[in-house]
Amino acid sequence: MSGLQSALEPAGEQAAGIHGLFWLMMLVCGAMYLLVLGGVAWTLWRAFRRRRPASEPTIDPPDIGLNRGMLGWAGLIVVGLTVLITASFLVERNIAAARARDALEVRVTGHQWWWRIEYRDPRTGGWIETANELHLPLGRTTRVALGSADVIHSFWVPNIAQKLDVIPGRINLLDLTPTRPGWFRGQCAEFCGVQHAHMAFDVKVDAPEDFERWLAGQAKAAAIPADPVAARGQQVVTGGQCAMCHTIRGTPSTGRAGPDLTHFGSRRSVAAGTLTMSRGAVQGWIAQPQALKPGTMMPPVALSGPDADAASRYLMELQ
Amino acid sequence: MTAPLTPEQADRLAVSWRDAPGLWGFLTTVDHKRIAARYILTVVLLMFLAGMLALDMRLQLAWPDMGRMTPQLYNESFSLHGSTMLFLVSVPVMEAMAIWLVPLMLGQRALAFPRLAAFSYWLYLGGVLMLWVPHAVGITPDLGWFEYPPLSGPGYAPGHRADIWAQMITFTEVAALAASVNVVATVLKMRPPGMTLARIPVFVWSQAIAGLMTIFSLPAVMLVTSMLIADRLVSTQFFAPAAGGDPILFQHLFWWFGHPEVYIIFLPAAGFVSMIVETFSRRTLFGHVAVVLSMLGIAALAFGLWVHHMFAVGLPRLGNDFYTAASMAVALPAGLQIFCWIATLWSGRPRFDTPLLWVLGFIATFVIGGLSGVMAASAPLDQQITDTYFIVAHFHYVLIGGAILPLLGAFCYWYPKATGRLMSERLGKLAFWLIVGGFNLGFFPMHLLGLMGMPRRVYTYSEGMGWGPLNLVATLGSAIAVAGGLVFVANAWWSRRHGALAGPDPWGGSTLEWAVPSPPPQHNFDHLPVVDSLTPLWTQKEALQVMTGLAVERREVLVTSVIEATPEYRQKSPKPSIAPLFSALAVTILFIGSIFTPWALVWGAVPLAAALIAWFWPQRERATTGPLAVRR
Repeated sequence: MSGLQSALEPAGEQAAGIHGLFWLMMLVCGAMYLLVLGGVAWTLWRAFRRRRPASEPTIDPPDIGLNRGMLGWAGLIVVGLTVLITASFLVERNIAAARARDALEVRVTGHQWWWRIEYRDPRTGGWIETANELHLPLGRTTRVALGSADVIHSFWVPNIAQKLDVIPGRINLLDLTPTRPGWFRGQCAEFCGVQHAHMAFDVKVDAPEDFERWLAGQAKAAAIPADPVAARGQQVVTGGQCAMCHTIRGTPSTGRAGPDLTHFGSRRSVAAGTLTMSRGAVQGWIAQPQALKPGTMMPPVALSGPDADAASRYLMELQ
Repeated sequence: MTAPLTPEQADRLAVSWRDAPGLWGFLTTVDHKRIAARYILTVVLLMFLAGMLALDMRLQLAWPDMGRMTPQLYNESFSLHGSTMLFLVSVPVMEAMAIWLVPLMLGQRALAFPRLAAFSYWLYLGGVLMLWVPHAVGITPDLGWFEYPPLSGPGYAPGHRADIWAQMITFTEVAALAASVNVVATVLKMRPPGMTLARIPVFVWSQAIAGLMTIFSLPAVMLVTSMLIADRLVSTQFFAPAAGGDPILFQHLFWWFGHPEVYIIFLPAAGFVSMIVETFSRRTLFGHVAVVLSMLGIAALAFGLWVHHMFAVGLPRLGNDFYTAASMAVALPAGLQIFCWIATLWSGRPRFDTPLLWVLGFIATFVIGGLSGVMAASAPLDQQITDTYFIVAHFHYVLIGGAILPLLGAFCYWYPKATGRLMSERLGKLAFWLIVGGFNLGFFPMHLLGLMGMPRRVYTYSEGMGWGPLNLVATLGSAIAVAGGLVFVANAWWSRRHGALAGPDPWGGSTLEWAVPSPPPQHNFDHLPVVDSLTPLWTQKEALQVMTGLAVERREVLVTSVIEATPEYRQKSPKPSIAPLFSALAVTILFIGSIFTPWALVWGAVPLAAALIAWFWPQRERATTGPLAVRR
């Protein structure tokens, strides 16, 4: 998984621009640092070659050469800064240029401690809701409208673009233009309370046609389980405590406080990137969320052994 | 040079400036040296405690998925570490150095407002207790050193943790304002005759500039924490978006203070470096004017770049570009200072004792922090690295590299002046290598961690992220640095009894503090020195010129003009008093009460008014002749 959340391995237009800027900065700043160290080394060499420190102080020596040196040094700094400021402006302008493009519209809402994600349905114009997993079409700009349901968060997928804060009372727009398909990872970057560390999301970049297929799948209501155990699971989940907070479209479950679970089983992880998706993880999460993510808003749900088994099978079948 | 004081005069002078013995003297003293020593000892204790918190957090992060700390405990730890280091350690320790050194460097017997200095310490101690006593009983603030609303607002932070943090700020900021006003007034009006603006030592400049910056920036954070308390206590809606408030207002006001604060910490450190470099290079500082102008330039720029802490907020691009340019511009004055220090060493004939070693460590470390600051100043790049470990690395390089390393150098440099004994060079060099080596080993990898996607303020991470090995190295390095810190403190402790005797001027320094015995007597100077250059002890080799005429039978100081430092009048300096302590206690009651009820501002004003009346009760007899007599 290493490298899936890294600014050093850009997989998006925005991140690539900033990555280039970073290396330019490294070059200029590295050269300046070497000059400073060189100056110190030269000083030490001179001092140790002479060996004998003076006891009598020298007062106001003429320092003509040093004054010239200082002017030169100042000039060097000004030139270096001008290069870096200009480069920074250009990169920022390139990032901003994406705003003019026609883009896929996505709404992302930060919650303590998970992400609500909604896509504009190309067929109906309505919104298709999912959570904690963002799918993006390759090579096309996606415009994410960031809002918060509670406190300040920050939306960050380092491989694809820079971060942007998620602020209650405001909508911030961020353009993401992925250039490489695959899985990536994003994480909340602004301290948002006790489980700030577990507020991540998976990002999948797909070829546009795969993305369209995925989105069409997400637009559908949940499938009715054929298997009797899973059917029992559906009763447990949609008729009990879970329905208070979670929506599973096509069932009586219409709660809004927690993530939409309509296609829960298709996701890669559980509880905003806390656990890898598996039946065991789902069952554990339902029974003991406070042990796995202390402080989470998800309450423990006490189920009998067979019910817990059925519920997790049902949830895994929500593809 | 006039004749020294007669034994009778010397006795009278000592009696005039003497504190009462025992506890009463401890509680009433207005001696700037005793007050500064208190500040410094408190800071050392806090540094130890906050350092232990840091080590605890580093152990939690050393391996992925560690369970030794709960998220709540981790959040409390970084909140307490940051709040302590920034509000209770870095700023106060620089003020303490000013309170101790400025009168000595100005050849004065006292600060401009001795009782205000006592008051500022007691209030600072109130702030320390405000944060650490609740920690001892388990109500530690847990929302970072910045406490952004709405997370810290009434809806998401019930209980009193957030109030404790906000009111701790009020305590320390009132204390800092009191200290700054004192230092600025002393520098402007109490310089020795002959010390024109052009002859003020760099360190004194740095403290005066930092003091002015404090006066302009700290009211913003006091305002914003008071607004937060009002939101929490009396349901104002400053930061509540649903009612038309705006959480971003908090960030603007917080960083209006928060960025200048960094330079308030750094400028005095640059002052230390300038003094150490001059003394150990055995030549006058190259580019005195450039260094002082750079400090003024940094101070001016400091108020025009706070938005670089908010690049990820989503503010207009034009603003981001402006703040990018302004932030990068700081590299010019900072770079010139570095040049001047290296040039002084290059053209001098330096002696490499420990104070100078710390300066070399400072240059090698701080420049990395400065350059990573240039990177973070770029709005687009900052939007990748802000709130990651890159920034954690950056500001530790700036604050530890830029302020703590010079501070340790300054500690070694002036320790003999304060105690009369030199610190051990061997232990000093050991501490130096452990701290500088451990720090760089511990914090350099954090740059990489940030670029590899590790956000700040996370209590754990999963193994798959690949951040484990570098975190382990970071923990190892931090532990080495902490061990170095313990060696440093042990050295200070041991040398107090066993160090070599120092005499008044062990390093051959150029400024006035080296003219008095070590440790200085309570009145500092028998006679007020008269200054003819930037380096009076080097230019007046035979004997220091002095001015006589200050009374020996009462506490008196000389007030001089702002620009030319020509003598204006003799000013009576206040005697020890219990009033500053009582006033600080009254303020403490008011501040703590106002966490619970707004009415505390009303009834709390009564004891405060009583204490202030006692403090300012006129002590001079009414004139019976002269112009004042007419008014009777």
